[in-house]
Amino acid sequence: MSAHAPAHPRPKRWWTPTKEAAQYAPPVPLGGPYFGWPLLVLLALAALGGALIVWRFAAGLGATTALNDGYPWGLWIAFDVVTGTALACGGYAIAILCYVLNRGKYHPLVRPAILTSAFGYSIAALFVMLDVGRPWLIWKVPLFFWHWNRHSVLLEVALCIMGYAIVSWIEISPAFFERMMHSKRPTIRAVGERGLSLVQGFLLWIVALGVLLPMMHQSSLGSLLLLSGPRLDPLWNTPLLPLLFLISCVGMGFGATVLESVLSSWLLEHEPKRPMLSSLGRAMVPVVGVYLAIRIGDLVRRDQLGALFALDGASILSLVELALFVLGAGLLVTERQRADLGNLFRAAIVLLVAGALYRFDVFLVAFRPGSHWHYFPSVTEILITVGLVAAEIAGYVLLIRFFPILSAGRHAAPAR
Amino acid sequence: MLYDSTKCIGCKACMGACNAANELELDTEASGGLWHTPLDLNEHAKNIIKLYQDESTGEHAYVKRQCMHCLDPACATACMLGAYAKREHGIVTYEPDYCIGCRYCEMACPFGVPKFEWSKLAPKMVKCELCKHRIAEGKGPACCEVCPVGAVIFGQREDLLAEAHKRLEDDPERYVPKVYGEHEAGGTQVLYLAGVEFEKLGLPAYGDEPVPGTVRTVQHAIYQGFVAPVALYVGLAAAMLRNRFANEADREEHQ
Repeated sequence: MSAHAPAHPRPKRWWTPTKEAAQYAPPVPLGGPYFGWPLLVLLALAALGGALIVWRFAAGLGATTALNDGYPWGLWIAFDVVTGTALACGGYAIAILCYVLNRGKYHPLVRPAILTSAFGYSIAALFVMLDVGRPWLIWKVPLFFWHWNRHSVLLEVALCIMGYAIVSWIEISPAFFERMMHSKRPTIRAVGERGLSLVQGFLLWIVALGVLLPMMHQSSLGSLLLLSGPRLDPLWNTPLLPLLFLISCVGMGFGATVLESVLSSWLLEHEPKRPMLSSLGRAMVPVVGVYLAIRIGDLVRRDQLGALFALDGASILSLVELALFVLGAGLLVTERQRADLGNLFRAAIVLLVAGALYRFDVFLVAFRPGSHWHYFPSVTEILITVGLVAAEIAGYVLLIRFFPILSAGRHAAPAR
Repeated sequence: MLYDSTKCIGCKACMGACNAANELELDTEASGGLWHTPLDLNEHAKNIIKLYQDESTGEHAYVKRQCMHCLDPACATACMLGAYAKREHGIVTYEPDYCIGCRYCEMACPFGVPKFEWSKLAPKMVKCELCKHRIAEGKGPACCEVCPVGAVIFGQREDLLAEAHKRLEDDPERYVPKVYGEHEAGGTQVLYLAGVEFEKLGLPAYGDEPVPGTVRTVQHAIYQGFVAPVALYVGLAAAMLRNRFANEADREEHQ
């Protein structure tokens, strides 16, 4: 509708932030230098990964991966899909804070967090394409709805990941349109204006979807392993897997957002948003507290405390997992701890590692296909993972330099 | 199908017959190219005879492994587009046209049955489909027809169950007093009798609950009729609209 209202010089915004948020300067492109040597290193790693992807399709999964009939899911699923999307939950967590709970002070974190989600989910979708044996039939999954198996948790996960990958790029699209509006060419300016006002018209409904979809499938990533229950170590085998996955992904989303803000302020020399990050840190404490209460309560209820302290491999990993969560939250308890940027950074890393370890444990350690099966990722699996993560970071850095993602900082001059 | 481990002589005629009937390549890797010697079910073996042997006691027994054709199969619950389904005669069948090769069935199957064609560029899943093509012609599964000692027989589940219990009654000394598959994992259409504990033969002591029970309970609780997600979506959008109007009102007040 508003696309046909040329009377307004600027299209109507889809969202009115709180007064608090309005105090912050709007996001601007960070500007150059565009190609430094770190970016070249990242691109080289990405190119190597790309070459190995070609090899994976030319030689097949058996020749290029360490996957086998005992461990049909390995690094790509456990790390790149399951852990990667949890790390990419920053956009989801910040959207809840900002729009659903109306905490306007987090507004400057929205775009960087959503961009992380968009990259994280797109990479996850790419890894699914690499991992499946018959990728040329993937199109049937979203389209053959009369064949949908409504009991299949994986179907729900697949549809939600595809859906959220698209939703998150729409959520970030105003940044691209705004940049186009500053172009020298009038046609590009017009496209930017049209696009922006079009997107503004329905963005609220998209953002709501962007909260719903991760909530559905982050829990379902845990439900996936319920079917493997008979072959899952009792330390991790609980009907509460979906709840534990959901809560821990919120913690990981906050962690990733803190990490990314601190890192970008250090590397790109703009002012860190210290008060905002400290209060994010504060929000992490109850989230981790609830997670720990449920995790430990569940172990007690299922009579697994003996196994937890048996000090065998599974017990030690569970204890390390729990200790990391406790340590991460413990670093954020007092106001003074949270005022220290370095401390926030450490806490974020610890909590990310804790959530990642939990996911690895469930998908690779707890799963017991029989003692004669072994799995350790092949060099190809690892290098493709490294390559695509490098591509993700390189893409992120390039996009924040070219497009208005980060809020104005010391170095930021609008590149027009 | 009823397999009686105490009758099996380990001749492996069923393995060759299975590969011939299902046009599977032979797995000659372990024998240095000489004969079909798969070490487990794999892309070249839908059916295998294994030997259990305890050297200290001399106890030994053969066991035949293939798809158990569960009454409530985990693979069919896992599969996104229903490539796996229980079809005629309760056979758990596989249709590659609806398989994208995600291998969730391998993660789900409590008996480790479905196998992936790792060596191929256009891989499919490989698993026993009870020779459905032979049954359609009025014949029985190749393994049952070729067995020289009647260790594995084909029939209706209830008849086989009655036969199994009769054998247990007639010769209680010979058997572990249980028909494996009667209740395990919700019941299977392949039933086992054995003279040694089933766990030693690689048939785990699963409970009577079907494997998909838990996930169905959890998913139904959350997604019953898709009401909860829709309600949540409406709630989220309503909260956001309310916040937006509140913020707008707040701004206008202060301008």
